[in-house]
Amino acid sequence: MRVTTLDNGLKVLVQEDHTAPLASVWCWYKVGSKDERPGLTGVSHWCEHMNFKGTTNIPREQVKGIIEQFGGSWNGYTWIDQTTYLETATRDALDRMLFIESERMANCLYHADDCESERTVIISELEGGENDPDQLLDQEVTATAFKAHPYRHPTIGWLSDLQTMSRDDLYGYYRRYYIPNNATLVLVGDMETDDALRRVDRYFGGIAPGPAPSRLRTVEPQQTGERRLTIRKEGTAAYVKLAFHAPAVTGPDFFPLLILDAVLTGAKGLNLWSSFRMPPPQRRARLYRALVERGLASIVGGALLPTQEPFLYTVSATATDGTPLTSVETVLLEELDRVVRDGITDAELTKAKTQLKARLVFDNDSITNIAHQFGYFETIAGLDVFLEMPSRIAAVVLDDVVRAAHAILCPSNRTIGWFDPIAR
Amino acid sequence: MTLPTPLASSRAGLAATRTALPNGAVVIAKETRAIPAVTINLAVRAGSVCDPSAAPGAVHLLSRVIDRGTTTRSAGDIAEDLDSRGITLTVGVTRHALSLICTCLSEDFDAVFALLGDIVMSPSVPDDELAIRKAEVTTAIRQDEDNPAVIAVESLMGLLYPDGHPYGRRTKGSADVVEALTRDRLVRLHVERFAPSELTAVVVGDVPTGRATGVAARVFSDWRVPPPAPVMLPRVKGSTRRQRLVIPMMSKAQADVAYGFTTIARADPAYYACWLMNNALGQYSMGGRLGDSIRERQGMAYYAFSSLDANVVEGPLTIRAGVGPANVDRAIASIDEEIRRLTQEGISAKELKESQQYLIGAMPRALETNAGIAGFLQVAEFFGLGLDYDLRLPDFLRSVTLDDVHAAARRILDPDRATIVIAGPYSDR
Repeated sequence: MRVTTLDNGLKVLVQEDHTAPLASVWCWYKVGSKDERPGLTGVSHWCEHMNFKGTTNIPREQVKGIIEQFGGSWNGYTWIDQTTYLETATRDALDRMLFIESERMANCLYHADDCESERTVIISELEGGENDPDQLLDQEVTATAFKAHPYRHPTIGWLSDLQTMSRDDLYGYYRRYYIPNNATLVLVGDMETDDALRRVDRYFGGIAPGPAPSRLRTVEPQQTGERRLTIRKEGTAAYVKLAFHAPAVTGPDFFPLLILDAVLTGAKGLNLWSSFRMPPPQRRARLYRALVERGLASIVGGALLPTQEPFLYTVSATATDGTPLTSVETVLLEELDRVVRDGITDAELTKAKTQLKARLVFDNDSITNIAHQFGYFETIAGLDVFLEMPSRIAAVVLDDVVRAAHAILCPSNRTIGWFDPIAR
Repeated sequence: MTLPTPLASSRAGLAATRTALPNGAVVIAKETRAIPAVTINLAVRAGSVCDPSAAPGAVHLLSRVIDRGTTTRSAGDIAEDLDSRGITLTVGVTRHALSLICTCLSEDFDAVFALLGDIVMSPSVPDDELAIRKAEVTTAIRQDEDNPAVIAVESLMGLLYPDGHPYGRRTKGSADVVEALTRDRLVRLHVERFAPSELTAVVVGDVPTGRATGVAARVFSDWRVPPPAPVMLPRVKGSTRRQRLVIPMMSKAQADVAYGFTTIARADPAYYACWLMNNALGQYSMGGRLGDSIRERQGMAYYAFSSLDANVVEGPLTIRAGVGPANVDRAIASIDEEIRRLTQEGISAKELKESQQYLIGAMPRALETNAGIAGFLQVAEFFGLGLDYDLRLPDFLRSVTLDDVHAAARRILDPDRATIVIAGPYSDR
């Protein structure tokens, strides 16, 4: 892989991969919902939507099909630390992809009419999410677990902010963060590196850098006692979710906790773009055996996501029809207490490492997924964190897992949420 | 054991090999070297159309328990075998197939294929496992009952395919039917419907095709079960009038609209014209014409799209939109308008060219991953499209004319015959 930085501060990563006649381009921005102030929650995500609506040099009516002409797909997503855009298409579309991303960085329009039209689209997206009790519970648990850090509000934003945000709010935010010195461009696929870099320079080299964006500096104070919430709403299934403050991806306990999660709920990949498509191997995982195999829950899962700052480790379960949430929660807590008390076995450690090794292979099955991983980790922590991942996982020993379990799974560090349905 | 000679495609393209075993099972193998992994995709033509008429959901329940014990392996053995290799077995059911899909590291291929073969041929359906899976399925059915999107689509299918037609039944069945299903019934279902003549095993990944085929032949060659009786599907009667069903779910924030028609069979010569018509209507770029109207121009919905499922018999074309309750009527009127315009005017030459370019150009992406290739090969085999279908598909699409698309639209779409379901915080009163 070639890594370089243009004079304007744009970091560029290029990796040749000639497996298929395809190229994938991702442009990453260090801006996500953690950068949003009260009153502007959801602005990062709304900007992402606005950045598909034409630019100075891409008229609105030419947006449709601009990459589809090359058989390509394009998309974007926003989360707590980052906003990113991608195109994957046949290799002859490389110029087109770079042109789109350079335009997106410098020349989006934010017409007032488009902003208004998109307001209702985003509110529709929010309401669609609220139709799902599990997603609603996740939002409420996160907001309860954090009382100061901006990770507390949902990426889509709070409804009142979405109703009141103005075009100028959106455009000002766009101009502040969409600058080359706040971005990383990743190219993977059937290309020649030197040629690709010349093209990158042609499209991006003339974009002026901007002042480094200011960052919110709030650090979440240490949680001092268990927090609880219960949502009572019409529904047909009951859910419980436990959230523990967890280390950032660069924290010393991140990889031990990743191992611990694999022991408890099965190893997930570390690719937010693709991992969720393949459920984890979890039939022998502790929480699966304790809950699903005993008929108390139909689903159990854990989530430790790589983040720039300390976020959450969550454990979620869906109670089987007729099973009280108390029974599910009791068993969950017993199992977590047991792992804190007794640690994990050597065999469990070995199995977790094997699972993670396999998942890291599966995470990289396409140029789109490979490019995602480079850009994601470069944006939140640095490329080295990604490249060192296999060795960091391999280096975890039993004592590390015990230390992480003690530090993270303690009662004073947890928030427990229930969705307790009311029958219609 | 002597293997039949594989038939290889003579031109470039996927060039997978296809081997028919003497017992009727088909093995398709394709070697790739992008990552040291292999996708195994075993499909048995025993989908939900094989549900006993009195027990809809039986095949789905069988899919949930089939991998929880065989005559030689306990559920624990299988779990350990999968988990220790870091792999997940996904068992899925469509109308016509029950599939076992697993991606493993290349070094584990032989053992994992043998395990999957054992699961397909010899499930033991232990009573204790069945009880647990029943509770899971019942809970999932209860969750579906709280999901406006699922309710809307399942209700639409029930209306499009009435009178117990298998396409109109819920794949998961109902809680009371699931509860009443016994081990004996599921074992009988397996005996009746699972046979080598119904199996297609696809292997794609970092394993030589000869070895993949050899392993598959070793696992399946001794499987001797006569072919099951064919499932006779009732004739599909297209709707002759506009139907509208409202399912109020007043505690929800958003309504789901499902709007549809019965269409054509996959084997119909008009299939490619219908595919392109659907692409222009509700797929191209961000939801085709429907996305342009409902999302982009009117800002009413986060999603608005259509999907076509031409199948063994006339499958559905389904239009979906998620909208706030105040916009339901306007969204349906917009769908009506787009349908009417399409039937009256067809699509433009530009739209046809764009959709053709996109669908042809998207093939390298669709065939980039092992899982993508395996899925493509399964579909090609199921519908008898040939080993070189990836090479012929572009010409099928290119040969479609504007008149073909217009004729397809007139044949399938008509707002006066549309079936519409609205589920969510909306009421006719």
